[in-house]
Amino acid sequence: MTPASGTPSLSDSVIVLNLLLLLLAPLAIAGVALVNVGLGRSRSAAQALLGNMVIVATALIGFALVGSTLAGNIDGPGHILHLAGKPWNWLGEGPLLLKGIGNASVEAQLEILFEFLAVAMASIIPWGSGADRLRLSAGCAIAAVLSALVFPVLAHWVWAGGWLAQLGINFGAGAGFLDPAGAGTVHLLGGLSALAVVWIAGSRRGKFPKEGFATAMPGHNAVYILFGCLIALVGWLGFNLAGASLWLRAPLAALPVTALNTLLTAAGALAATYTVTRVRFGKPDASLCANGWLAGLVASSASAAVVSPVPALLIGIAAGIVTPLLVEALELAVTIDDPSGAITVHAAGALVGLIAAGLFAPQPGQFIAQLVGIATILGLFLPLVYLLFKVLDRFIPFRVDQDGERIGMDLHELGGGAYPEFVIHRDDSYR
Amino acid sequence: MKFAGLIVMPAGFFLSIAALVLFPGAAPRTAFILCALAVEVVGLIVAVRGHMENRESDAGDSR
Repeated sequence: MTPASGTPSLSDSVIVLNLLLLLLAPLAIAGVALVNVGLGRSRSAAQALLGNMVIVATALIGFALVGSTLAGNIDGPGHILHLAGKPWNWLGEGPLLLKGIGNASVEAQLEILFEFLAVAMASIIPWGSGADRLRLSAGCAIAAVLSALVFPVLAHWVWAGGWLAQLGINFGAGAGFLDPAGAGTVHLLGGLSALAVVWIAGSRRGKFPKEGFATAMPGHNAVYILFGCLIALVGWLGFNLAGASLWLRAPLAALPVTALNTLLTAAGALAATYTVTRVRFGKPDASLCANGWLAGLVASSASAAVVSPVPALLIGIAAGIVTPLLVEALELAVTIDDPSGAITVHAAGALVGLIAAGLFAPQPGQFIAQLVGIATILGLFLPLVYLLFKVLDRFIPFRVDQDGERIGMDLHELGGGAYPEFVIHRDDSYR
Repeated sequence: MKFAGLIVMPAGFFLSIAALVLFPGAAPRTAFILCALAVEVVGLIVAVRGHMENRESDAGDSR
């Protein structure tokens, strides 16, 4: 994506702008956290939101202690393997424990800050899929593994001068794997991790009875879900603009179009999901519309900085059509219980954005670079995270016991509910 | 069965790397990488089928 050395420095005004944009980015995390909470059950709401917070904290600490060393930075050293006459920069060699970060260039500091925010976002994605049955300690363990071992390797490959970033230089594949705001590095990885978590933790009890259809377990608060989407938009603008500036060195003049593309992709996705759900169910579905909106934002992470407005709108429409259909298919046909829809929103939305970036980006050979990036994340990182999580589950069981699931995660893990004045009714799904 | 599918998936990744090294031309390289992705999708489908077979237990891999 960017050359490993000689990256142009940023002007003072662009540095200030990037800092301000990165200060907005946590709103994307807050938005996704709210959506996760709203799509879960009321008896697990406090545990879900606290889980998001402790997972973010764990991810930040894990990345600071180990991950940042493995991720490295664009102009920093890396471990290079020479194969087939080409250099393959496969692992970063950053300073241990962020030593000397204060003396690094401002660009390097901003890049590290971006990676910190990105790893926090990636780590909360599986938590939403494990809602109502994943233990807090398991969420933290998952975040620790992702932030210390898995995400840093991929971040180095994609952002910090790794071999995926240099596909253009070494193999003439466009400008290398284009993923300026983390569609692949954050969302595809997070979505696939969510799939691994669901496979290991299993579905909520009563979700798929032995006879009949899947039990409907709707989210408990549509206001959280929809307000979370609006908050996420602000954060996503920060991520997309900062990503374009930091990783692509996009000029200041290109940033307004990137912002416009982000808005258009989200709008197209919402309009498409609204239409699809209205046609299928007779009325628009609020939670699926929220999923569609987020899927559009995820798709924009790959494409907003590299396409023009009309393709951005089309990308959003594609993401918005795929989302409700895939959510339904995963639940009804494949029996995957994903309360937050994270697998669809983050993994499928990212795939739409990454492929579209390859199709619409002006550089020749870009489509090949995007396909190689997707093949890498899907083919290497899904088996890797599944294996790591499977081992982790032996030591820190992911799933709460049956009694904990029955009384709710709030009472079981925190000793008190999010809504103490509410009367909790017996759940008919426990048959 | 799930593990069988997941073991197949890295083969697709290595095929995509092989395509980069072996084919300098855009068309054969793209075709080979698409085949590599198809291998990964087949692995994913096998893994998903493995998940569906475990559905009877209604509670995950190990429980």
